[in-house]
Formats: sequence, C-alpha cells, structure tokens
Amino acid sequence: MTDDWRPTATIETLHERARLLAEVRVFFAERGVLEVETPVLGHGGSTEVHLASLSAEATTPAGRERLWLQTSPEFAMKRLLAAGSGPIFQLARSFRDGEVGRRHNLEFTMLEWYRPGLALDALIEETAALVRTVLGRERGDKPGPLRRRRYRELFREHLAIDPFTAPLAELRRRAGEVGGLDMADSDRDGCLDLLMSLAIEPHLGREGLEVVVDYPASQAALARHHRDPEDGARVASRFELYLEGLELANGYDELTDAEEQAARFEQDNADRLAAGLPEVDVDQRLLAALAHGMPEGSGVALGLDRLIQLALGKASVAEVIAFATPRC
Amino acid sequence: MANYSTNEFKGGLKVMLDGDPCSIVENELVKPGKGQAFNRVKLRNLMTGRVWERTFKSGDSLEAADVLELEMEYLYTDGDMWYFMKTDGSFEQYAVEKKALGDTEKWLKEQVPYTVTLWNDNVINVTPPNFIELEVTETDPGLKGDTAQGGSKPATLSSGAVVRVPLFINEGEVLKVDTRSGEYVSRA
Repeated sequence: MTDDWRPTATIETLHERARLLAEVRVFFAERGVLEVETPVLGHGGSTEVHLASLSAEATTPAGRERLWLQTSPEFAMKRLLAAGSGPIFQLARSFRDGEVGRRHNLEFTMLEWYRPGLALDALIEETAALVRTVLGRERGDKPGPLRRRRYRELFREHLAIDPFTAPLAELRRRAGEVGGLDMADSDRDGCLDLLMSLAIEPHLGREGLEVVVDYPASQAALARHHRDPEDGARVASRFELYLEGLELANGYDELTDAEEQAARFEQDNADRLAAGLPEVDVDQRLLAALAHGMPEGSGVALGLDRLIQLALGKASVAEVIAFATPRC
Repeated sequence: MANYSTNEFKGGLKVMLDGDPCSIVENELVKPGKGQAFNRVKLRNLMTGRVWERTFKSGDSLEAADVLELEMEYLYTDGDMWYFMKTDGSFEQYAVEKKALGDTEKWLKEQVPYTVTLWNDNVINVTPPNFIELEVTETDPGLKGDTAQGGSKPATLSSGAVVRVPLFINEGEVLKVDTRSGEYVSRA
C-alpha cells in the first residue's frame, strides 16, 4: 500500500488556508470590490508564447468544440469590465501546462482583480496592503515599507549591464555565464528572463516587499507602454511584487485598444508558429468587448498559493494545496 | 539510448552530462510569470560523486545513461582487482578497480551484499550497506567495569577500517558500525 492517497497539505494547513481566503474576501468587501466567477473553459485561450494552454473537447449546442482551460481569468473579467461591472475580483482556478515544481502547480489559484479608473501606482499600494493583511494575520510581523525598483536599475546594480541598450551578443554571453548553458540562439527577452530569474530575483524582497516597475515593452502583451524619462526607451506600465525571492503578483495599466490588442495576439501566434508551438484560438469576444469600450484602469494577478505558502512559512506550494499535481 | 526532456527530470534519473553518467538530485522549474522557463538542476556525477548545478532551457533534453544498480556479494581480492558476484542466482562475477571501489575498500567483508553501480556494464561505484558487523582485530585492552560513558579509543576492524569505540571494547568482539558516518553503533 502506498501513502500517495494522502493530501500534500496537512488538515491544519487547510484550516489556515480557509481562514486566509475569508480574510481576502473581507479585504475586497470592505473596498467595495465585487467577487465574480468566470468560466474555467473558454473559446479563446492565452496566446502568450511562454504559457502553454491545456484544452478540452466538449459537446455544446454548437457541436463538438475545443475549449481552452484559462491560464488566468483575465479575458472574461475584462469582458465584465466592458459590460459595466465596476471593480471586480476573483479567486480563479488557473491552468498552465508543464508548470510543476516547488513554486508551481499545474492548476493553481489566481487572485485577480481590476480597478477601473485606478492608476497603476494606487494599485501597487493596494496590492501591498492585501499582502500585508494576509501575512499579518498569520505571522504578526508585517514586512517593512514597500521598496520600488526599476527593472533597468536592478540589472545595472546586480549585473552592471543596461537591459535596454546592451547588445544582444553581450546579453547572450552574460546569460550563458550565469546559467552555465549555451544561449547563442536565445533572443533578448530569453536572456533577460534568465538573468532576472537566476541573478536578480533571489535577492528581491529580502528586506520587505519590493516592487519592480518599468519592464521592457516586449514583456507585457496586455499592458500599456510609456516612455522611460531617462532616454525615451519604450517601457511597459507593468509591475511585479516580490517577497523573499518569490514573485507574487503581476499588474498592468491595462491595454484598452482593441486594434492594438488584436495585433499583439496575432504577433504572438506568429511567434508561436515560428517556435514550432501550436497556435491558440484568439478570444474574439475579448476583442469585441474592447472595441465596445473597456474603462481605463489597472489590474493585477496574484499567485495566492505562493502568498499562503509565505504566510504559513512553508517550503513549497504543494504544502498549501490539498492535492498537489503529483497526487492529483 | 533514449533522451529525457527537462519535464521528465526527477530524482534518481540517470543521464549523460559532459561525457559522464549522472544521477539527478533535484529539478527546479524557474519561470518568471509570462517569461521563458528554465530548469535549475542538481546532478550527482556518478564517476566523481561531485554534485553539479546546471541550468537548462525547459524542453531541452539529455541522453539517458545506461546505468544499473545491482546487489552483489563481495567475494575476494587478488590485490589488483576486487571481485563481486550477482545475488540473483546467475553467479555472474564482476571485477572492480580500486578507483571504483573508493572508500568502500575499508568496509569489505565476504558474503555481505553491496550496491554495485554499473555503467555500460562496467562497475563505477560500490556502496556498502548502511550498517555492517565487523570483528575488532586490534585495540588497547578493554577497561573492566567501564560500561557507562567517558572516553573512546581507536579500534582496527577486520576490514581495515579504524573506528572510535568505547573503552570497554576488546579485541575479538564483533561490532555494528554505521558505514555512512564511520561510527560505532553497538556490540553486534
């Protein structure tokens, strides 16, 4: 008899998890943010090149169709925004093929929320407040003041290179050195992702919450772009929140332009084809909703399992999920 | 041989890296939200015992290593080579070089089963059982009555290993020893 029928989280942890979920709901109720539930299966999926979508075949009134398991509830929630929902949040089960490990689970809980009319800086503050609420309840010690770091500044500090202007050959060489692998056929973002993951991320959020802003424009398909005041380089209006070396949340000043969005989806699928990856059906209803008009504002997705892991001082997400992927 | 992709990497999998057979110790997915995925992998080089840490692009693959771990009994040595025999009833014998034997040389005892690692049918490593019983061949005379605590002394065992033992142990006694730490456990 094997023991692998047992949960990967203790029953005590599941009690704590339930209390933290209740805490999250109170946080949003007090702020007048509506809880919503949107489909896990959709006609469109994420076209992002580095997200692998799962799909399922289903019989619907339209016949036998392929439906995509959502990698985040983003598209459906944006359709609600366009329909006039006002501020909304969701605790959404999300799926990303191949993502299993200490920090990943094939299906996981995304806490995602949207704030029409709210500027990105205000959303950063709200995200930090939510994290403090959840951590504070369990640990008593709230992380210190939020530190704000620019993506570019981090690369200069940790690697002495400018991620926007360094020649590709230089990025490949440094990434190859840091990772001990051949990066000769990697593109800029591939090199930057490796350097960020291995040389910078482990240092982030060690003395309290740390937020990274002004990402390269190429690394945020659904965000607005703006100019870096330093030299006019195009940067994404995106932030990531880190604590104890763990990436917790990813927020955008949301793109509301349907044509621009359609062009980015198309480019993603072209990149997918070039990389030998399957194309993903574009969410036409999201594009229609954007064409109708989605209020300007910001939104953020937070990996709730990771936050609970940190709150409870566990070593992996599996320890806060009833049945982590290897035992599902 | 087959190839294994990073998503098949798991503890104990045997793969080839830089020409040496390795055993995967740990495989960690590293992936910024929507960025490119990498795998940070720790591998034990089975030839040297050293642990390497390497990064792979997710989806990259390594060639499988033809590595087998078998139970074999120690038979004898002719001074150059050490001979072991499979315990599966085949009576098949393997000659082992000193280099592959390593530290296990001092824990050898006839008819005891060892874990023998074969790569392409050559022995590359021999691991002793965690606990082994060996006779004391040389030590200072035992102190009568001193069965409690206080002090230890070196004792040479029949296999050649020298371990620290309590003062009351005498030559000719058989001891149970932990081969991982090289420490005395009890009288056998």
